[in-house]
Amino acid sequence: MPTTEDLRQRIEAAIPGARAEVTDLTGGGDHFRAAVAAPEFADLSRIEQHRRVYAVFGSEIGGPIHALSLETRAE
Amino acid sequence: MSETTENPIREAIAGAIRDHDVILFMKGTPERPACGFSARTVAALDAVGHPFAAVDILPDPRIRQELSTISNWPTIPQLFVKGELVGGCDIVTEMYETGELFEVMGVEQPAEAPEHAPKAAEPGAPPLQIQNDLVDRS
Repeated sequence: MPTTEDLRQRIEAAIPGARAEVTDLTGGGDHFRAAVAAPEFADLSRIEQHRRVYAVFGSEIGGPIHALSLETRAE
Repeated sequence: MSETTENPIREAIAGAIRDHDVILFMKGTPERPACGFSARTVAALDAVGHPFAAVDILPDPRIRQELSTISNWPTIPQLFVKGELVGGCDIVTEMYETGELFEVMGVEQPAEAPEHAPKAAEPGAPPLQIQNDLVDRS
Protein backbone atom coordinates (compact mmCIF):
# COMPACT_ATOMS: atom_id res chain seq x y z
CA MET A 1 0.00 0.00 0.00
CA PRO A 2 1.58 3.33 -1.02
CA THR A 3 2.16 5.92 1.70
CA THR A 4 2.03 9.69 1.47
CA GLU A 5 5.80 9.67 1.92
CA ASP A 6 6.25 7.24 -1.03
CA LEU A 7 4.15 9.47 -3.23
CA ARG A 8 5.96 12.62 -2.17
CA GLN A 9 9.38 11.10 -2.83
CA ARG A 10 8.38 9.74 -6.22
CA ILE A 11 6.93 13.06 -7.39
CA GLU A 12 9.97 14.99 -6.20
CA ALA A 13 12.37 12.44 -7.77
CA ALA A 14 10.57 12.46 -11.13
CA ILE A 15 10.00 16.20 -11.58
CA PRO A 16 13.16 18.32 -11.25
CA GLY A 17 12.96 20.87 -8.46
CA ALA A 18 9.44 19.80 -7.47
CA ARG A 19 8.11 20.21 -3.95
CA ALA A 20 5.14 18.06 -3.08
CA GLU A 21 2.82 17.85 -0.11
CA VAL A 22 0.77 14.68 -0.06
CA THR A 23 -2.14 13.88 2.19
CA ASP A 24 -4.16 10.70 2.55
CA LEU A 25 -7.77 11.81 2.14
CA THR A 26 -9.43 8.84 3.78
CA GLY A 27 -6.66 7.22 5.81
CA GLY A 28 -7.12 4.13 3.66
CA GLY A 29 -3.91 4.45 1.64
CA ASP A 30 -5.64 4.75 -1.71
CA HIS A 31 -7.24 8.22 -1.96
CA PHE A 32 -4.60 10.91 -1.98
CA ARG A 33 -4.31 14.60 -2.53
CA ALA A 34 -1.06 16.19 -3.71
CA ALA A 35 -0.10 19.84 -3.90
CA VAL A 36 2.86 20.09 -6.26
CA ALA A 37 4.98 23.10 -7.15
CA ALA A 38 7.66 22.85 -9.83
CA PRO A 39 9.63 25.31 -11.97
CA GLU A 40 8.80 23.50 -15.22
CA PHE A 41 5.06 24.04 -14.65
CA ALA A 42 5.58 27.66 -15.71
CA ASP A 43 5.61 26.50 -19.34
CA LEU A 44 2.70 24.08 -19.05
CA SER A 45 -1.08 24.46 -19.11
CA ARG A 46 -3.02 23.27 -16.07
CA ILE A 47 -4.00 20.09 -17.92
CA GLU A 48 -0.37 19.41 -18.83
CA GLN A 49 0.76 20.05 -15.24
CA HIS A 50 -1.68 17.45 -13.96
CA ARG A 51 -0.72 15.01 -16.74
CA ARG A 52 2.93 15.40 -15.72
CA VAL A 53 2.13 14.36 -12.13
CA TYR A 54 -0.22 11.53 -13.15
CA ALA A 55 2.53 10.23 -15.47
CA VAL A 56 4.78 9.63 -12.45
CA PHE A 57 2.40 6.86 -11.39
CA GLY A 58 1.23 5.51 -14.77
CA SER A 59 -1.27 2.68 -14.48
CA GLU A 60 -1.14 2.78 -10.66
CA ILE A 61 -3.71 5.59 -10.97
CA GLY A 62 -7.05 3.84 -10.93
CA GLY A 63 -5.28 0.73 -9.59
CA PRO A 64 -3.62 0.79 -6.15
CA ILE A 65 -3.97 4.58 -6.13
CA HIS A 66 -7.74 4.89 -6.54
CA ALA A 67 -7.73 8.66 -6.58
CA LEU A 68 -5.08 11.35 -6.72
CA SER A 69 -6.53 14.81 -6.38
CA LEU A 70 -4.09 17.48 -7.60
CA GLU A 71 -3.32 21.10 -7.05
CA THR A 72 -0.36 22.27 -9.13
CA ARG A 73 1.44 25.55 -9.48
CA ALA A 74 4.61 26.91 -11.02
CA GLU A 75 7.39 28.18 -8.82
CA MET B 1 -8.05 7.70 -36.57
CA SER B 2 -8.45 5.19 -39.39
CA GLU B 3 -11.91 4.74 -40.92
CA THR B 4 -11.48 1.01 -40.75
CA THR B 5 -10.67 0.86 -37.03
CA GLU B 6 -12.61 -2.01 -35.50
CA ASN B 7 -13.13 -0.27 -32.20
CA PRO B 8 -16.80 0.62 -31.86
CA ILE B 9 -16.49 1.79 -28.26
CA ARG B 10 -13.66 4.19 -29.01
CA GLU B 11 -15.55 5.47 -32.05
CA ALA B 12 -18.75 5.92 -30.05
CA ILE B 13 -16.86 7.91 -27.39
CA ALA B 14 -15.10 10.07 -29.99
CA GLY B 15 -18.46 10.61 -31.70
CA ALA B 16 -20.15 11.60 -28.45
CA ILE B 17 -17.37 14.12 -27.69
CA ARG B 18 -17.73 15.52 -31.19
CA ASP B 19 -21.53 15.69 -31.07
CA HIS B 20 -21.97 17.39 -27.68
CA ASP B 21 -20.70 20.87 -26.88
CA VAL B 22 -20.46 19.98 -23.19
CA ILE B 23 -20.09 16.37 -22.17
CA LEU B 24 -19.13 14.83 -18.85
CA PHE B 25 -17.84 11.29 -18.46
CA MET B 26 -18.55 10.29 -14.88
CA LYS B 27 -19.21 7.50 -12.44
CA GLY B 28 -22.98 7.17 -12.08
CA THR B 29 -25.48 9.70 -13.37
CA PRO B 30 -25.96 13.42 -12.60
CA GLU B 31 -28.94 12.45 -10.40
CA ARG B 32 -27.08 9.61 -8.71
CA PRO B 33 -23.34 10.17 -8.88
CA ALA B 34 -21.43 7.08 -7.75
CA CYS B 35 -18.30 8.94 -6.63
CA GLY B 36 -17.63 12.14 -4.72
CA PHE B 37 -15.41 13.57 -7.45
CA SER B 38 -18.13 13.07 -10.06
CA ALA B 39 -20.72 14.56 -7.68
CA ARG B 40 -18.59 17.65 -7.16
CA THR B 41 -18.07 18.15 -10.86
CA VAL B 42 -21.81 17.81 -11.57
CA ALA B 43 -22.51 20.36 -8.82
CA ALA B 44 -20.15 22.86 -10.45
CA LEU B 45 -21.73 22.31 -13.87
CA ASP B 46 -25.25 22.63 -12.44
CA ALA B 47 -24.20 25.90 -10.81
CA VAL B 48 -23.01 27.24 -14.17
CA GLY B 49 -26.39 26.23 -15.58
CA HIS B 50 -25.38 25.23 -19.08
CA PRO B 51 -26.97 21.91 -20.17
CA PHE B 52 -24.55 19.03 -20.49
CA ALA B 53 -24.52 15.48 -21.74
CA ALA B 54 -23.43 12.83 -19.28
CA VAL B 55 -22.01 9.36 -19.83
CA ASP B 56 -21.81 6.81 -17.04
CA ILE B 57 -18.54 4.94 -17.49
CA LEU B 58 -19.34 2.24 -14.94
CA PRO B 59 -21.47 -0.19 -16.99
CA ASP B 60 -18.50 -1.33 -19.10
CA PRO B 61 -14.81 -1.07 -18.07
CA ARG B 62 -13.85 -0.62 -21.71
CA ILE B 63 -15.48 2.84 -21.75
CA ARG B 64 -13.00 4.13 -19.20
CA GLN B 65 -10.10 2.40 -20.92
CA GLU B 66 -10.89 3.81 -24.35
CA LEU B 67 -11.76 7.25 -22.97
CA SER B 68 -8.41 7.52 -21.20
CA THR B 69 -6.64 6.44 -24.38
CA ILE B 70 -8.39 9.20 -26.33
CA SER B 71 -7.93 11.90 -23.70
CA ASN B 72 -4.54 10.93 -22.24
CA TRP B 73 -6.12 11.49 -18.83
CA PRO B 74 -6.21 8.67 -16.27
CA THR B 75 -9.02 9.61 -13.91
CA ILE B 76 -12.79 10.06 -13.90
CA PRO B 77 -14.64 12.45 -14.22
CA GLN B 78 -13.56 14.09 -17.46
CA LEU B 79 -15.22 17.19 -18.85
CA PHE B 80 -15.03 18.05 -22.55
CA VAL B 81 -16.17 21.37 -23.99
CA LYS B 82 -16.33 21.76 -27.77
CA GLY B 83 -14.29 18.60 -28.26
CA GLU B 84 -11.46 19.61 -25.92
CA LEU B 85 -10.65 18.07 -22.55
CA VAL B 86 -11.12 20.78 -19.91
CA GLY B 87 -10.07 18.58 -17.00
CA GLY B 88 -11.19 16.46 -14.09
CA CYS B 89 -12.77 17.36 -10.76
CA ASP B 90 -9.84 19.44 -9.46
CA ILE B 91 -9.49 21.60 -12.57
CA VAL B 92 -13.25 22.03 -13.06
CA THR B 93 -13.67 23.04 -9.42
CA GLU B 94 -10.75 25.46 -9.63
CA MET B 95 -12.11 26.94 -12.87
CA TYR B 96 -15.53 27.35 -11.28
CA GLU B 97 -13.99 29.30 -8.42
CA THR B 98 -11.97 31.57 -10.73
CA GLY B 99 -14.93 32.09 -13.09
CA GLU B 100 -13.10 30.47 -16.02
CA LEU B 101 -15.69 27.70 -16.20
CA PHE B 102 -18.42 30.22 -17.04
CA GLU B 103 -16.18 31.67 -19.72
CA VAL B 104 -15.26 28.37 -21.33
CA MET B 105 -18.94 27.33 -21.41
CA GLY B 106 -20.04 30.67 -22.82
CA VAL B 107 -22.25 31.59 -19.84
CA GLU B 108 -22.23 35.02 -18.30
CA GLN B 109 -21.04 34.81 -14.71
CA PRO B 110 -23.62 36.09 -12.24
CA ALA B 111 -22.25 38.92 -10.10
CA GLU B 112 -23.20 37.12 -6.91
CA ALA B 113 -21.65 33.77 -7.86
CA PRO B 114 -20.46 32.00 -4.73
CA GLU B 115 -16.75 32.01 -4.16
CA HIS B 116 -16.55 28.28 -3.53
CA ALA B 117 -17.84 25.50 -5.70
CA PRO B 118 -21.01 23.95 -4.35
CA LYS B 119 -20.53 20.63 -2.61
CA ALA B 120 -23.90 19.13 -3.45
CA ALA B 121 -25.99 19.20 -6.57
CA GLU B 122 -28.42 22.08 -6.86
CA PRO B 123 -31.38 21.81 -9.19
CA GLY B 124 -30.28 23.35 -12.46
CA ALA B 125 -30.77 22.94 -16.17
CA PRO B 126 -31.78 19.35 -16.84
CA PRO B 127 -28.74 17.49 -18.14
CA LEU B 128 -29.04 15.99 -21.56
CA GLN B 129 -28.38 12.35 -20.88
CA ILE B 130 -26.85 9.78 -23.12
CA GLN B 131 -25.66 7.50 -20.38
CA ASN B 132 -25.22 3.87 -21.32
CA ASP B 133 -25.33 4.89 -24.94
CA LEU B 134 -21.79 3.65 -25.28
CA VAL B 135 -22.39 0.16 -23.99
CA ASP B 136 -21.63 -2.43 -26.63
CA ARG B 137 -25.02 -3.68 -27.75
CA SER B 138 -23.76 -6.56 -29.88
